Amino acid sequence: MHDLSAHAVPHGAPTSFIRKHVFSLDHKVIGKQYYALALVAAVVGMFLSWLMRIHLGWGSLAIPGLHLLSSSGAPGDVMTPEYYLQLMTMHGTIMVFFVLTTAPFAAFGNFFLPIQTGAEDMPFPHFNMMSFWVTFVAFLVMIAAFFVPDGPTLGGWTQYAPLSAIGQVGGPGQGWGVVCWAASIAIFCIGQLLGSLNFITTTLDMRCKGMSLMRLPLSAWGWFITSVMGLTAFAVLMPACILLILDHVAGTSFFVPSNLVIGDHVLPHTGGSTLLWQHLFWFFGHPEVYIAIVPGLGIVSHVLITNMRRPMLSHRVLIYSMGALAALSYMVYGHHMFVSGMNPVSSLAFSFPTLVITIPSTIVVLIWLGSLYGSKLRINAASLFSLGFISMFISGGVSGFFLAQPSIDIMLHATYFVVGHFHLVMGVAAMFGIFAGTYFWFPKMTGRMMNEGLGKAHFILSFIGAYCIFMPFHYLGIAGNVRRYQAFTDDYLIPLVPVHKFITVAALLTGFAQLIFVSNLIYSRFRGELAPSDNPWQGTSLEWSTATPPPHNNFGDTMPVVYHDPYQYSVEGASTDFIMQTSTENVHSPDEEK
Amino acid sequence: MATTVHDSPTIAPTKIEPERLPSHGSGGGWRNLVPAGGELRRVKDSSPPPASTGIWVGLAAITMTFAAFTSALIVRQGNAPDWHHFNLPSILYLNSLVIVASSLTLEMGRRQLAAYMSTARTQEGAPARWLDATLALGLLFVAGQTFAWLQLRAQGFGLATNISYSFFYVLTVTHAVHLLGGLGGLVRVIGKLNQSVLKRSTLNATSLYWHFMGVLWLYLLLLLWMKL
Repeated sequence: MHDLSAHAVPHGAPTSFIRKHVFSLDHKVIGKQYYALALVAAVVGMFLSWLMRIHLGWGSLAIPGLHLLSSSGAPGDVMTPEYYLQLMTMHGTIMVFFVLTTAPFAAFGNFFLPIQTGAEDMPFPHFNMMSFWVTFVAFLVMIAAFFVPDGPTLGGWTQYAPLSAIGQVGGPGQGWGVVCWAASIAIFCIGQLLGSLNFITTTLDMRCKGMSLMRLPLSAWGWFITSVMGLTAFAVLMPACILLILDHVAGTSFFVPSNLVIGDHVLPHTGGSTLLWQHLFWFFGHPEVYIAIVPGLGIVSHVLITNMRRPMLSHRVLIYSMGALAALSYMVYGHHMFVSGMNPVSSLAFSFPTLVITIPSTIVVLIWLGSLYGSKLRINAASLFSLGFISMFISGGVSGFFLAQPSIDIMLHATYFVVGHFHLVMGVAAMFGIFAGTYFWFPKMTGRMMNEGLGKAHFILSFIGAYCIFMPFHYLGIAGNVRRYQAFTDDYLIPLVPVHKFITVAALLTGFAQLIFVSNLIYSRFRGELAPSDNPWQGTSLEWSTATPPPHNNFGDTMPVVYHDPYQYSVEGASTDFIMQTSTENVHSPDEEK
Repeated sequence: MATTVHDSPTIAPTKIEPERLPSHGSGGGWRNLVPAGGELRRVKDSSPPPASTGIWVGLAAITMTFAAFTSALIVRQGNAPDWHHFNLPSILYLNSLVIVASSLTLEMGRRQLAAYMSTARTQEGAPARWLDATLALGLLFVAGQTFAWLQLRAQGFGLATNISYSFFYVLTVTHAVHLLGGLGGLVRVIGKLNQSVLKRSTLNATSLYWHFMGVLWLYLLLLLWMKL
């Protein structure tokens, strides 16, 4: 006897305000909540980067009101060296976890994965609700670090041991600041594990009739692959954080070595392994990079196809490449540790797959470029940001070729070259993916259109601004500019200060340009032009065949049945230039999967 | 040579009779993958209910967590000569019997319920009692673990005494926390059974989780026995 009821949405439409907007079980509301959280986190993270950049350009400049943030960290409104590092740590942590993980994966994935698979909701809505609120609590705990004695931790988002594990003697924020950090990240892991559980099960079990795996849109594939990575990566980071907390509060010696002397005092810990933390952290950390970028690969492909009016050169190869990226991401993590003291044989073992991983990345890029070649791309804010994503992905990826080789990485690892590399390839690229998704799906999420003119202006300023900020980083790195320094007083660094000033001005201007986006978002949400139809972009996937905004159970009274591959554009003999997945028109392109 | 002139092929757009499924109905998954044109593709007659897939996904995450702890233990033991070997509290072996017995009682209850559900015949046996026994054995296991922790503490071996004790506490407590989740699941299953709303997928998923907790414990015992 088969249990049919297991497939039905286990909750009806909510009636109270709290159940509808706060503790909602609806994946669409949860997706919007994640988006709002990511937006707040992005504003906080960007604000911190501004403070850092101002300090790097004009170190003695007083920033009015900064002492309000921390009287000990910024006496007289000028930040101390330690406070610079604390802000840098929080900038990295907030951006990686609460923006780049939550927005492209949790926010858009929650809203659109069930709809694109033809499901009424995710299979475990209570877990889904918990996933968001646990993440929200994690964010509060992280922000709380600003208010504990000595403020947040200064150890960087990677929290290398033993500095992260020795407690208060390590410096400002290394006591409660680290505990807040590790607790927040451990809680965050729980949220992402619950989310990944839902994403995987939705994709495998909740697809509507006719929706085979290969008929899933590329965006759905991006979220599915990311959820598999999230499940395995966050399940490793959480125990690492638990061990780190124990070293702090219980006096254990997981990560602190024997006879460590700090300030004339020998610490009581014995025998801990500092490299153990790095192994555990980077086993998570490298897949995390792909957790940030793979949803973007899917979203950008989805947006481009709709605007090119033709499918990618190969749907399957694109999916396999994303899968290969995910699989390889577990084998390359050691390349973050080339300078940590590694056996040369191990370096080779990690260097080789790192170079191999450029193959699927290159295939993805070539498929994009080959598909774009000769296409009559519709130019709008979403497609522009998709092109910008490709540009950033290539620019940031090319420097990865250099860093994959230990002999070069040893010279460049601790410099701004790496900062430029990862900001372009995972930071800006992922942000552009978020912007592309926002401009593209806004009408479906809200029923209103975003202003296209403002969107294009936002793109142009962001695109130029991002390159002005991050390209000079590569130059600085090659010139030997060490990263994480709060001031450049050495002879060889002083000539580089004007470059830092240029970057600071570019960062401030590019940051202000984001106000265009935020105001466009807020204005369009309430006053924007109404979406002309349920399918304003003439898309084919399931989100465009339902009402706008989608009803509580996504498809109303009848569930969709899928008859076509996801991207049937410009098919000969069809009545329109696109055939929706639910269309009953019996016309197929020659390459449609049989 | 005569030339045959073919008419250019015409494509007559035909309509597929749309098939509509009732909402809140059977949904999809791998069931009934009917492509355009009505040909069957990779049809499976049933798709697993989400709970049975979800539980495997959850177990994969738990496996990763304990794999991380295991690798940490191996790396940390090899890192410095400060590892203190000690004999495991003997109650752990008794606890192992308890948790194996709990898996057996749960399996008895599950099979009786499954037979009842699939044939709709009159209920035979007393599955609820087997489930109650499983719950009791589970609680007994937790009590036994607590006794082991208290016993070690009483001997002066705390979490920070030596790294080997640190790993002992971390592994056993993390396992116990996961096991408490399983006990919560069992309470839920018993509650649903009493209200006659128990789904087979829920029962199977809970059983699988519980058996996994047993296997995980045996693995941890072996690891601790070998390394501590």
